[in-house]
Amino acid sequence: MPAVVALDATVTGLHKAAYWQRVYRRYGVNGQGQRHFLVAEHEGRVCGFAIGEVRDWEFGAPPCGWLFAIDVMPSARQAGVGGRLLGELAERFRREGVDTLRTMTASGNSLIQSFFRSQGMRAGHLLPLEMDIAAPADAEAAVARKARR
Amino acid sequence: MKLQKNTLLALYSVLEFAARPDEHIPASEIAEKYGESAHHLAKVLSELVRARIVASVRGVGGGYRFIGNARRLTLLNVIVLFEDLAQELPEPPPPASATHNALASVLREIDQIALATLGAVTIATLLKDIGRVGRPQAAALPE
Repeated sequence: MPAVVALDATVTGLHKAAYWQRVYRRYGVNGQGQRHFLVAEHEGRVCGFAIGEVRDWEFGAPPCGWLFAIDVMPSARQAGVGGRLLGELAERFRREGVDTLRTMTASGNSLIQSFFRSQGMRAGHLLPLEMDIAAPADAEAAVARKARR
Repeated sequence: MKLQKNTLLALYSVLEFAARPDEHIPASEIAEKYGESAHHLAKVLSELVRARIVASVRGVGGGYRFIGNARRLTLLNVIVLFEDLAQELPEPPPPASATHNALASVLREIDQIALATLGAVTIATLLKDIGRVGRPQAAALPE
């Protein structure tokens, strides 16, 4: 796990050890059948990871595989690592009987969107929507947060 | 989002060059394929040269060659060379401003989705979608 936490911190600039421990408990230690926490190694060192799960009837959709996180060390990119992680996850989902893989990305993150599109992913049937629900006093801060995204 | 004729011609040209990165392709070949005048195409290609997407080679056996990174160059990277994407709705008369703002907000939302999509599709992905590393099929450009 320290390698995954470090990789995520390298890419996002945020050190989220407690978050990753929770993710590991849910998808790694307790992952059973439909939950997957995959890591890619090169010369014994973790250089990428992918996390996903088959979920039933989320947002009214029939069971499908959700990819929650995927990342590859910048120094290991463009070598097919991400594609192999995604392919392995898709294969596992397939074996579990689902025929759709879904994910979501930040609209401004063209790098990860380019990767997903290069793997064959396209806009799907679900459309993400959101709204600000901050109290009026916090509305200004919420607008500022949104502007920073 | 409606793209101008020059923009479409640029996209078709980039796809032609990127599909055959080891070749020098004469502009006349692209012009003939898409039914455009060589003079008109030259203006489009000079913009692509300035953006270091293609390089021109003079002389016998010369032409244009793709020098970009097809796995990083997106449709949006090409489109912004020819389109002003920062256009806003014209200022409305004061009584209509609330309506105008609401409508503009919806149109901005649509544009943002379109821009995110165009910014995520690389030339390499589009060539893969086309299903081969050969030549894109010629399409009629709008008049």
